[in-house]
Amino acid sequence: MLDVVQDLLVLMISSSLVSNVVLSQFLGLCPFLGVSKKVNTAAGMGGAVIFVITLASGVTAVIYKFILIPLDITYLQTIVFILVIAALVQFVEMFLKKYVPSLYQALGVYLPLITTNCAVLGVALTNVQKEYGIGFSIVSGFSTAAGFLIAIVILAGIREKIEYNDIPESFKGMPIVLITAGLMAIAFCGFSGLL
Amino acid sequence: MNISAIITAVAVVGIVGLLLGIFLGIASIVFKVEVDEREAAVLEALPGNNCGGCGFAGCSGLAAAIAKGEAPVNACPVGGEAVGNKIAAIMGVEAGEAVRNVAFVKCAGDCEKTTRNYEYSGVQDCSMMQYVPDGGAKSCNYGCVGYGNCVKACPFGAIHIKNGIAVVDREKCKACGKCIAACPKGLIELIPYPAKTAVACSSKDKGPVAMKACQSSCIGCGLCVKACPQGAVTVENFLAHIDQSKCTGCRACKEKCPKKAILELS
Repeated sequence: MLDVVQDLLVLMISSSLVSNVVLSQFLGLCPFLGVSKKVNTAAGMGGAVIFVITLASGVTAVIYKFILIPLDITYLQTIVFILVIAALVQFVEMFLKKYVPSLYQALGVYLPLITTNCAVLGVALTNVQKEYGIGFSIVSGFSTAAGFLIAIVILAGIREKIEYNDIPESFKGMPIVLITAGLMAIAFCGFSGLL
Repeated sequence: MNISAIITAVAVVGIVGLLLGIFLGIASIVFKVEVDEREAAVLEALPGNNCGGCGFAGCSGLAAAIAKGEAPVNACPVGGEAVGNKIAAIMGVEAGEAVRNVAFVKCAGDCEKTTRNYEYSGVQDCSMMQYVPDGGAKSCNYGCVGYGNCVKACPFGAIHIKNGIAVVDREKCKACGKCIAACPKGLIELIPYPAKTAVACSSKDKGPVAMKACQSSCIGCGLCVKACPQGAVTVENFLAHIDQSKCTGCRACKEKCPKKAILELS
């Protein structure tokens, strides 16, 4: 029992901080750069991604274990996972449109684009590759997405401050953001000493 | 090549897709958002600048409020009467008379009337002025610092920096209020378009201090208060203010003002 708890803790720390999905695996860069102008919106995006990834990891793990393995068609994993993810994103979109219209407006085109957020598919495929069970898959999905949330909120906080800085002309806009992201990635390397 | 493998693959993907489709179909009924068709029509009639001048989050916010009857049909300050009438036709009600407002910068301390205490070469942004000594290099601590946050905020290009202070182009101004929020000194207010006079100063300093800081500062002498036959002018914190609802436009205050801090408009 203690072993499982320990494994789960290690999994959570490693997938959220040490091998952060954005900063060390370079997945999900599109929303990371696109929706990180304001902390509020970034947090909303992070929340939506947590929801999608956690659910997607659970559902894909179930499908993998009970449908793809018994029928011996694991080569279909990518296409089936994409189906599931696309459906879940549609679901989140409807939910937000109904209950949190302000967030729906703020996220704009980036909300349906969660579908193509490679972090979501990446997590689902990594879970399968590492042969996690359903429970571990969900935990792994949740903590990976939490790592995404942490990274995007920190970047948004920095970008809000950068707004007021006197940046050389050639670095204005995306270049300075990419440099910032690079520095953050270096900083996150420090977490590798955690495990 | 095993034909049954192909069939299983097609069947699995097909069934998963079908199940997800059904799930989404049910969800779309459960989470259905009622859209009033008048809302879409109102949105169509609005200017679409999304300036927020009406107090709602963009034009779609106002359209929703108008459709629900929570906002008046002429709530859009940008579209004015024309848009108000169009929306009134959509909603089937009469449009009331809307008074046109314009923004007014309560400062006339341009580069000739004020002096500079020191040379400032930092970030060219009005909101930085609260962090530099004396609230900016200008001799007056209350006035326009002239770095143009309002210019950047104005969606209609109606504000320009002229000779070190912000000046509103009354014809282009749509009274959306963006500049009011953007000005860290709180210098901008909305006044009615037909207003004849307004106090172009925001200095709350005592007379001698204000006089030293700017040639056209209000020193709070109160001559305008006595001159006004309507009692529309008041002086508070050594600063005159004209109540535009009482002002008849006689310009008596402007004639009396020894510092020429009251401007004649239109």
